[in-house]
Amino acid sequence: MNKLRPDLQIIADNINPNARVLDIGCGDGALMAALRDQKKVDARGLEIEPANVASAVSKGLSVVQGDADTDLSAYPDGSFDYAILSQTLQTTHRPDVIIDELLRIGKQAFVSFPNFAHWRVRMSLLIGGRMPVTRLLPQTWYNTPNIHHVTIDDFRALVRDGKLEQEGEWFLSGDKQTGRAMANLLAEHAVFLLRR
Amino acid sequence: MNEDDRFGLNRHVRLMGPLPLDSGAALTPVELGYETYGTLNANASNAVLICHALTGDQYVASTHPATGKDGWWTRMVGPGKPIDTDRHFVICANVIGSCMGSSGPATINPATEKPWGMDFPVLTIADMVRAQALLLDHLGIECLHAVIGGSMGGMQAISWTALYPERVKSAVIIASAARHSAQNIAFHEVGRQAIMADPRWRGGAYYADDDPPSSGLAVARMAAHITYLSEAGLTEKFGRRLQDRDSKTFGFDADFQVESYLRHQGISFVDRFDANSYLYITRAMDYFDLAETHGGTLAHAFKGSKTRFCLISFDTDWLYPTSESRTIVHALNAAGAAASFVELSSAFGHDSFLLENPEMNRIVDGFLKAGEST
Repeated sequence: MNKLRPDLQIIADNINPNARVLDIGCGDGALMAALRDQKKVDARGLEIEPANVASAVSKGLSVVQGDADTDLSAYPDGSFDYAILSQTLQTTHRPDVIIDELLRIGKQAFVSFPNFAHWRVRMSLLIGGRMPVTRLLPQTWYNTPNIHHVTIDDFRALVRDGKLEQEGEWFLSGDKQTGRAMANLLAEHAVFLLRR
Repeated sequence: MNEDDRFGLNRHVRLMGPLPLDSGAALTPVELGYETYGTLNANASNAVLICHALTGDQYVASTHPATGKDGWWTRMVGPGKPIDTDRHFVICANVIGSCMGSSGPATINPATEKPWGMDFPVLTIADMVRAQALLLDHLGIECLHAVIGGSMGGMQAISWTALYPERVKSAVIIASAARHSAQNIAFHEVGRQAIMADPRWRGGAYYADDDPPSSGLAVARMAAHITYLSEAGLTEKFGRRLQDRDSKTFGFDADFQVESYLRHQGISFVDRFDANSYLYITRAMDYFDLAETHGGTLAHAFKGSKTRFCLISFDTDWLYPTSESRTIVHALNAAGAAASFVELSSAFGHDSFLLENPEMNRIVDGFLKAGEST
């Protein structure tokens, strides 16, 4: 069993056994497979890249090729215990609409994203004067799929403005968990658990 | 088990039915030509039913008796293949309405002791599936590990899941649709009119003197064949290249390679297919609309379904484009069914499902194996 990406491990650790889970942007299904094998979770996935879908299906996972921006409307209200959106929010056309959809389909939603206010990102723009290219955001401005960069404080504001309940938050730096203090400056990556 | 004459290549069975049809008529007897491959295990849990396309047949992985060619899906079916005859007990039956041993317009009407011709009842995809269910009863198979089909075979596979949800553990639906579009119906109507316009068709009563409407059927096949290919595929294969000549003849011979190819497709088809069967099967496909038979909502066809679904489409297939598969996937998601779907890339249009495609093999293999571990 391969080690899960750290943000996925946090999500895996905090999902109840036997839950129904929709993983949006599930990649090759690594998280889904772990949830199925370790927690008997009934996992379904949505993924945009055909090669990733093929890999996931060949692992026996139920994954549908599709686009979070257009294909979520087919899922009924409250049909999953959790909707998961990991490292995908910043690629969607309307992150606010997507989060509404997550909490319509799922009773709770995990959202993870790279923090655009991490000090290295800030330095890169401040000192270098160029759009930041980092470990978690490796593409250049002209070919990046990441069209809505977001910071931890931005995300918190979105949660507040949407009158959403925040049930958990986790922060990562260099693949290790880090504290809440000054997370917007020090965390490379954030994971939130939301409820309406 | 091998001594059981129900199993093996080139089988034929005559079941008394009667088989009630969607038209209100009933068919009796129900004759079925079929083949089986591999061995049915002790608890009959390894059965895989393969459903063939419009002009396909039961010779899925054995030599075709009329053409001498390899089975039509040997890329997918055989020892060590995704549909693994070492692991699976594979069944493929000629659909009713067809002409390879199953009841159809060319078989004998017991009331007249003459070929049915156009007195054969009009069929639906669901009727074909109900006939296959009769065959499974005869073979002693209650539940299918999987039902698999491409094109019209996919329509049968998805109908299986709606008609007999408790008899299907998983379904693979490739390059298919949950209904026939206006464009699909339109192309079929061209083919039917070509057959019926052939003076030798004679209202379908051409069997007695063995003088079938071959010209009409060949034209129908030519028109249909274009819909199975992509524009890019045709361009790559033929372009504007001339056939065995250096310049245009200023006549109406097959100057272009693509013309020669289509003529060959048409002529070779009539040797193995019955024109009336072509009318009946295209009609059945045109009548197909799975949502219509479920109150207009496709998701209702899959309500409470425990079946695992795997759908595959091809990006250059304009006959049953990806949007048709996606419609099914959305309905499956709405019904909460376990669904997988991927659009694969291929240059060859609708026919891609019959051609070598490692990605398709990998997906079908993984999907079937996953169903065996649970």
